[in-house]
Amino acid sequence: MMEKQYFQFDGLILENGTFFGPVTLAYETLGTLNDDRSNAILICHALTGDSHVAGTEDGGKKGWWDIMVGPGKAVDTDRYFVICSNILGGCMGSTGPSSIDPATGDPYGLTFPVVTIHDMVAAQKRLVDHLGITRLHSVIGGSLGGMQVLSWCYHFPDMVRSAVVLASTLRHSALAIAFNEVARQAIVSDPEWNKGHYYGTSFPATGLSVARMIGHITYLSDESMRQKFGRKLQDKEDFSFDFDTDFQVESYLRYQGAKFVERFDANSLLYITKAADYFDLSKYLDYDEVLMKLKDAAVKFLVVSYTSDWLYPTYQSREIVKVLKRNSLDVSFCEIEADCGHDAFLLPSDRLASMLSGFLSGVGPAGERRHP
Amino acid sequence: MIRYDLSIIENWIEPGSRVLGLGCGDGELLYALKTKKNVEERGIEQSEEGVSACIGKGLSVIQGDFNTELSDYPDQCFDYVILSQTLQQVYEPAGLIRSMLRIGKKAVVSFPNFGHYRIRLQLLLSGYVPVTEQLPYQWYDTPNIRVLTIRDFERFSKDVGFRILKEVAINTTDRDMHGSIVRFLPNVRATYGLFLIGKERG
Repeated sequence: MMEKQYFQFDGLILENGTFFGPVTLAYETLGTLNDDRSNAILICHALTGDSHVAGTEDGGKKGWWDIMVGPGKAVDTDRYFVICSNILGGCMGSTGPSSIDPATGDPYGLTFPVVTIHDMVAAQKRLVDHLGITRLHSVIGGSLGGMQVLSWCYHFPDMVRSAVVLASTLRHSALAIAFNEVARQAIVSDPEWNKGHYYGTSFPATGLSVARMIGHITYLSDESMRQKFGRKLQDKEDFSFDFDTDFQVESYLRYQGAKFVERFDANSLLYITKAADYFDLSKYLDYDEVLMKLKDAAVKFLVVSYTSDWLYPTYQSREIVKVLKRNSLDVSFCEIEADCGHDAFLLPSDRLASMLSGFLSGVGPAGERRHP
Repeated sequence: MIRYDLSIIENWIEPGSRVLGLGCGDGELLYALKTKKNVEERGIEQSEEGVSACIGKGLSVIQGDFNTELSDYPDQCFDYVILSQTLQQVYEPAGLIRSMLRIGKKAVVSFPNFGHYRIRLQLLLSGYVPVTEQLPYQWYDTPNIRVLTIRDFERFSKDVGFRILKEVAINTTDRDMHGSIVRFLPNVRATYGLFLIGKERG
C-alpha cells in the first residue's frame, strides 16, 4: 500500500527573482534506499499527474505508471529506490494556487507566483537533498516530466548519473503553446472562474472540462481517433440534428472533460501550462560549461519519441539528441512505432520496458568516467 | 560466440578506445568490444528492432541514417569508426569514408568479396546473377547496390585518398560463424575483405 508523504521547507528563490515559501511537496517512494544511497531514481510526472506513480493506493487506485514501475518491472523497485513528487504549482498535495497562503489564511488563487519548470525542479532538489541523496541513479520523465528531466541535467548536472526523456522537447513549440493558450482561455472565460477566486464558492467546471477536451485531442493522433471512434455515432442510428452528442468522439471527450473536473484544479492547469510554455532550454545551450559538466560526469541519456506524437514530434527529440551528440555526450535514441499519439509513453510497451531496464542496468554504479 | 569476421575486427581495436559502429544491428560487435575491450561505444542503426536491442543491452545507440547522422559529430572524436558489411549498400561510399575519417582517427571497413571464385563461376556457368551465402539476394530485391572485390577496394583507396593500415581476407563457413585467414589468392578465395584504414599522410 502506497502512502503519500509530505516534505515542507522554508521556500526558494524562483526564476522570476522573488522568494516564495513555505513550500510543501507531496511525494511517494517505492523500494529501499541502499546503504550508500546510490540506487535512487526520481520520476517526474507529466501535466496532470501526481506523486502516485506506482503501486496501489488506499481505495485501490493504481499508479499512473504502474505498468513500468514495480517489483521486477522495467524500473525495478527490488533494485531501485523510486521517488515521485507532485510538482510545485500542482494540486495533488504540493503547494499550488489552491493551497492556503499562510499570510492571509485564504487560498493563493492568482497571488500564487508564476512558476517555471526550473522552479519545480529546484523544489524537487530540496526533497532529494532532504532524503540524503547526492546523486540520482536516474531521472526519468515523459512530456512535461521530460522537460523536468532536462532541467535537472541543466541545473544540477552533478546530481544525475543518467536521464530518460520520453516524448518531450527542448522547447515548447508554437503548436504546443497554441493548444495551451486555448485551454487557458477556456478556463478564464468561464464566469465561474472569477479571476481565480472561486475556492469555496464556485468552480469553473465548464472551462476546465473544455480545456481537458483540447488537451486530450493533442494526446491522441489522427490514426488512433480513426481506429477508436471513426465516425461512429453514440447510442443512435442517425444524426440528431441538434447540438447534443452525435459522435462517439464527442461523447468520449465530454466524458474525459467531466471526469477531469472532479480531480483537478483549474488554476493549477493555468500555472502548469504556462510553465510548459516558458520552457526553452535551447537558448542556454550555447553555454558549453553545462554540457562539459554533463560530459565530465559521464551522464548517460536515453531519448525516446513516438511516430504518431504530434504534440512533441520526433524532430523535437532529435533536436535534443543532436545537441548531446555535438558535444560527444553519451546519448541513445529510439523512435518507437506507435499509432496512439503522445499518450503512448503511458501505455504498455515491451519495447520501452526492455530499453528502460537495459539502460538503467548499464548506468555505472558510481557513474565515474571510465576514461579520465 | 561472436561471428568470425567480427572477431577479427575485435582484435584490431585497442582496449579503452572510443568506437562508433555504423549500422550496428543488434549490437553484437559493440557489446563484445564494450565487455571485453572496455571501449566507450556508440552506434547508429536505422531499425527500431536493432536500436532497441542495443539499448536493452546497455549500449549507447542512436536510431537514424548514418549517411546523415555523422555530420553532427566533432572532428576526430572517435578512435575507430566501424562499417561492417555495409559498404556495398552505401549510396555515396567515397563521401561516407571521408566522413568516417573526419570523425574517427581510424576506420574499419569490411564487405563481401564479389571476386570470390564461386561468384565468378556462378555467373560464368549459369548465366544468372550470383546468389551466395554472403550476398543472398536476387537482383530484384537486393539492398546491395554496389558489389565490389577486394582488389576494387585497394584501387578505391588510391582514388579517394586514404591509407590501408591493415588488410585481411577471410574465408568463412557455417553462416560466417567460423573461418580462416586467406593469404594465397585472396581476391579469388576469400568471402570477405576487412580493412583498417586511416588518413593519407601529410
